[in-house]
Amino acid sequence: MLGYYFKLALRNLNRNPGLTTLMIGAVALGIAVCVMTLTMYRAMSGNPIWWKNDVLYAVTLDAWDPKEPANEDRPELPPWQLTYRDAMALIESDIPKHKIIMHKAIGVVAVDGLRVKPERALTRVTTSDFFAIFDVPFKYGGGWAPRADEGPEPVAVLSKKMNDKVFGGENSVGRQIRWNDREFRVVGVLDHWLPLPIFYDVNNGSLEEPEDVFIPFGWNVALELQSAGNTNGWKPEEIETYQDFINSEDIWIQMWVELPDATARQRFQAFIDNYVIAQKKSGRFQRPLNNRLTPVDQWLIDNEVVGNDDRVLVGLAFAFLAVCLLNTVGLLLAKFLNNAPITGIRRALGASRRQVFMQHLVEVSVISSIGAVAGLALGGLMLMGLRALYTVDPTDGGGTQALAHVDFTSVATALLLALFATVAAGLYPAWRIGRIPPAIYLKAQ
Amino acid sequence: MLEMTGISKVYRTDLIETHALRDFSLGVGDGEFVAVTGPSGSGKTTFMNVAGLLEVFDTGAYKLDGEDVSRLSDEQRSRLRNEKIGFIFQSFNLIPDLDIYDNVDVPLRYRRLDAKDRDQRIKSALEVVGLSSRMHHMPSQLSGGQQQRAAIARALAGDPRFLLADEPTGNVDSLMARQVMDLLEQINEMGTTIIMVTHDPELARRAHRNVHIVDGQISDFRPYEPRNEEIMTGIGIAPVAATMSPA
Repeated sequence: MLGYYFKLALRNLNRNPGLTTLMIGAVALGIAVCVMTLTMYRAMSGNPIWWKNDVLYAVTLDAWDPKEPANEDRPELPPWQLTYRDAMALIESDIPKHKIIMHKAIGVVAVDGLRVKPERALTRVTTSDFFAIFDVPFKYGGGWAPRADEGPEPVAVLSKKMNDKVFGGENSVGRQIRWNDREFRVVGVLDHWLPLPIFYDVNNGSLEEPEDVFIPFGWNVALELQSAGNTNGWKPEEIETYQDFINSEDIWIQMWVELPDATARQRFQAFIDNYVIAQKKSGRFQRPLNNRLTPVDQWLIDNEVVGNDDRVLVGLAFAFLAVCLLNTVGLLLAKFLNNAPITGIRRALGASRRQVFMQHLVEVSVISSIGAVAGLALGGLMLMGLRALYTVDPTDGGGTQALAHVDFTSVATALLLALFATVAAGLYPAWRIGRIPPAIYLKAQ
Repeated sequence: MLEMTGISKVYRTDLIETHALRDFSLGVGDGEFVAVTGPSGSGKTTFMNVAGLLEVFDTGAYKLDGEDVSRLSDEQRSRLRNEKIGFIFQSFNLIPDLDIYDNVDVPLRYRRLDAKDRDQRIKSALEVVGLSSRMHHMPSQLSGGQQQRAAIARALAGDPRFLLADEPTGNVDSLMARQVMDLLEQINEMGTTIIMVTHDPELARRAHRNVHIVDGQISDFRPYEPRNEEIMTGIGIAPVAATMSPA
């Protein structure tokens, strides 16, 4: 009988095309908004490197103003970045298995002899462990050796996207690029890598894509590089030279360490505490001792990657889906009651209430399935629209570009939920139509 | 075949109660052709709905083919309706977006017959009513008389024990009405019990028996006058009907 009901459901779609379109539209819209919101929420709230949650830590020290905290809303938290000199001191520790200090910069990439116009490229200026500590996959080559940070050596790693753009996706290891008019040799090309949110530098935009070029940290001094992200300071200081800048209390460097076990963690905590205590003696770090090693999960919470607004937005999206489904219930009732005379005929010819209920439930399932597929497509379009809306500068990763890479687990969850909800919403109309006495329609047909 | 005793049916609203059937008793034997007449609002349609298990009654007893239907579940009533009763309506009640073949198929689907059996029954029923060549026409492509014949084919396809016809000629012209009546007589002659509601005294006279309803009660009945020996054999006047007195 299910096959027969399915055939009838398809036929009934055409019986009231206006109502059918409205119902599918309502379901699709509700699902689309949910899929879009859930995708954004998942993208913003997930821990993209969960397998390292108990070994990977962001390092923060409270070197801020003794009179007021760095974050008035969360006064217990130290600032989220380090000064250059503190970062340079802490990176000397040999306790971590991997350790990095880094910041974001902007450069212009060109290639001599290629008809590729110079590209403005987000760049990460980092120590060599970046690729190992974050398990970054390589398509060609690899990262650079630690000694390249000190030289510094003119080596670079390109993202897959940049390599595709500049070298047409070929193995470019050994090729030269010009980064801000200085020659760099490509030593590696990343494979597809899209950690969402971009946990290692959340203050620069949690939904951005990773940078397109990676160069050794040592180039900071040689090229007098500054951060393309936030640089914050609390102390009025005379800064006239680059040397003044890197010796200042301005914070702009991120530091991450990989500590393989609790012992290493305790040792490194003691190391940074001792460092700060020593600095206190020279008049720095006048706030209470507050040095933190923060795992990624906590880091995302502390930095409010998923704010209350986002949770409210998800709630609103589901409330909107509920409104759409309530409307669908009304439309289903209207459609079914409109067809009540035909149901009356079927009842007269031997259909039981259960059979009428099942027939209409199959019809609801067909409508909700079509609505779900349409909702998925509409959700995809909405995400594309969002992506286009935010991608003003094509070289800017544009946080929502990443949303093109939707997490299909969350989409499947939203779809199943919506299908279940729609079928549940159709239970009442399907039950109601079966309870109508058939006789009243047979005379009036 | 059908035995109703003391049936009452009341429709209630907040303001009024309407007694559609009052202490209604009627017996119809196997193979009978009974015409039910009466003025509008007399309870004819309510009687048909109760007889066809489309409505439940308030008090009384109803046995259909020997089975007490008063305590049956909806599932059981639907099965009885599907297997033992065929309906013919004044307005045909064909499903407009199904072709004639699929319309005739509807009751067979609910009986869960296999496709081959259904196909045989549909074609055979359409042949009886002379619509084999129109089986893939939509109802809107047929005349009123053809639509009623299609409805009769639908009623016949399930091989029911009795047919309930509610003004079957009400929406067709006189020529078609005669054809429909001829067809019903043929069906009756093949052994199917028929109860037909009609306003037309001419048509009513063609039935074996005429039951007249006024205010939900039988006010008059014309005793069974068998038209031939074959029909008379095995068919008796139901005892309940025989004791009926005019209201």
